[in-house]
Amino acid sequence: MTREEIIKPENLVYKRTNLLVDRALSYCPGCGHGTVHRLVMETIEEMGIQAETIGIAPVGCAVLAYEFMDIDMQQAAHGRAPALATAVKRLMPEKYVFTYQGDGDLAAIGTAETIHACNRGENITIIFINNGIYGMTGGQMAPTTLPGMRASTCPYGRDTVTMGNPLKITELVATLPGTYYVTRQAVHTPGNVRKTKKAIRKAFENQKLKKGVSFVEVVSNCNSGWKMTPVASNQWMVDNMLPFYPLGDIKVPTE
Amino acid sequence: MMKELRLMKGNEAVAEAAIRAGADGYFGYPITPQSEILEYLMAERPFEKTGMVVLQAESEVAAINMVYGGASCGKKCITSSSSPGISLKMEGISYMAGAELPCVIVNVVRGGPGLGTIQPGQSDYFQATKGGGHGDYRMIVLAPASVQESADFVPLGFELAFKYRNPVMILTDGVIGQMMEKVELFEQRPRSTQEEIIKNSPWATTGKTPDRERNIITSLDLDSSKQEKHVIKLRDKFRKMEENEVRYETFQCEDAEYLLVAFGSSARICQKAVDIARAKGIKVGLIRPITLFPFPSKAISDLTTDKVKGILVVEMNLGQMIEDVKLAVGKGVKVEHYGRYGGIIPTPEETIEMLQQKIIGG
Ligand SMILES: Cc1ncc(C[n+]2csc(CCOP(=O)(O)OP(=O)(O)O)c2C)c(N)n1
Ligand code: SF4
Repeated sequence: MTREEIIKPENLVYKRTNLLVDRALSYCPGCGHGTVHRLVMETIEEMGIQAETIGIAPVGCAVLAYEFMDIDMQQAAHGRAPALATAVKRLMPEKYVFTYQGDGDLAAIGTAETIHACNRGENITIIFINNGIYGMTGGQMAPTTLPGMRASTCPYGRDTVTMGNPLKITELVATLPGTYYVTRQAVHTPGNVRKTKKAIRKAFENQKLKKGVSFVEVVSNCNSGWKMTPVASNQWMVDNMLPFYPLGDIKVPTE
Repeated sequence: MMKELRLMKGNEAVAEAAIRAGADGYFGYPITPQSEILEYLMAERPFEKTGMVVLQAESEVAAINMVYGGASCGKKCITSSSSPGISLKMEGISYMAGAELPCVIVNVVRGGPGLGTIQPGQSDYFQATKGGGHGDYRMIVLAPASVQESADFVPLGFELAFKYRNPVMILTDGVIGQMMEKVELFEQRPRSTQEEIIKNSPWATTGKTPDRERNIITSLDLDSSKQEKHVIKLRDKFRKMEENEVRYETFQCEDAEYLLVAFGSSARICQKAVDIARAKGIKVGLIRPITLFPFPSKAISDLTTDKVKGILVVEMNLGQMIEDVKLAVGKGVKVEHYGRYGGIIPTPEETIEMLQQKIIGG
């Protein structure tokens, strides 16, 4: 069979969503960011809400998210995305508003904005990529770095006595009355990708219900920061990150 | 609502003016001496009258970033604070200047540095006019000297902010914020409709429709050559402000042998000082910069005629605007500073005494 014979519409099982701009992603090969970008864009395409959606990009590796997502987007200062999203949603309540943030962005410098937007119950979706490290700036320790885990600013491993404990910000926001749906997912296997997609879809659908924040954590790898191959980093994630950050729903709507 | 006269505090006038100017959103955090702005807005419930959103943020940092988010949607957003809070807003202000977003920021200045005092000051002049936040940017700074101007500068601020797509600061202080005066309120203006926003601010993130490319609000360009072009574009914009937006007022300058230069509440005091001095036969005039950026350099230089024997710059700080006055008049003209600090307000009598000591006698 030739290439032309294989590439036919009837053989197509999966294609790039139209809402993902046709250009190379700036992420390292094997990084979870790319997969989650695709899922968010697929969701918006499937819901038909491109014209109704405003996205907020963070700093960190996803700082250029607006280059890849074919929707109107705002780029926020480090950690401030939930504040931007608050105003956007308050001023245009009929729009779908989401932030896309890493752990350094959301759980370190932006802790206050995260907690308070969640506590106010802003009717927004927060997509939180937890790779346990600062990817973009070269692999420094993050609030979510595991005990004993190495990073460039804890080269001998995170010592919890001097460097503090990893912050389970997702469990924390789940305790707040303003969050409606809080879940932790991953994208290292096709099965997990499908579960994450479902969670993201639900998080967007929830905005119609006007019930508060939908918070989707995606535990992810940073093969560059962790200094591993993509395959090894996913295995390391399963062996080390997932026991500490167990997957599954943390808070689900009762009605 | 018709034009109406009211007796109001400067802070209340700002808040009422924000509603009447058709603002879409106010985001703020309490700090003395400006908390009445948020309190007034909460009490007035503009959400019911005009649909204006009023929100008490968790911090000044969050408040200015809410303004960033709202402004990115083409909405008229305003925030207010006082000195320490404005320092916290500086990150957001720099981002807004970089991303070319319009907004109005009110700084009801108190004496600093640090926690300082809750009494009035003018010591944020440098921060307001020379940058304050990081990077190469400027913002138009309007300095009201009355409650009336506190109200009038809100719609003017929005107009200028949208004209240049840049933050505008109203730099007032605890005297003007707290004092009560008669104010003539302008008529309620409608908030912009979504159609008007899309037409007048086509750059805004209002949701990507099939008829246009996606809109992106960002201050980032990793490509240095593009970033340089962006900074040059901003520079040209700041130059346009300098060409078109200089505002100032003069008082008895025609035959003046001595000039006072002062802004805001200091200028009010100097006006009285001029009257007292004139009664004593000393020919004093006053120049009051209304825009602190762009600074009325040419006006000050033009008014410094051969007759003028010296200039006293009166400020509630250690000497900040005096640097701009010195640049305006050049060498050869005696320029001295008289300042009070820590929330103390100079009196007209002291001012004349200082004029006599530092300029006339010296
Ligand atoms: C005020 C401020 N401080 C520091 C930085 C530098 N900085 C950029 S990205 C980043 C960390 C981002 O890490 P994370 O949010 O985990 O995202 P990742 O890169 O891992 O995707 C830091 C510290 C900045 N841009 N702004
Ligand atoms: S540095 Fe890490 S988080 Fe950033 S793109 Fe590479 S793998 Fe992904």
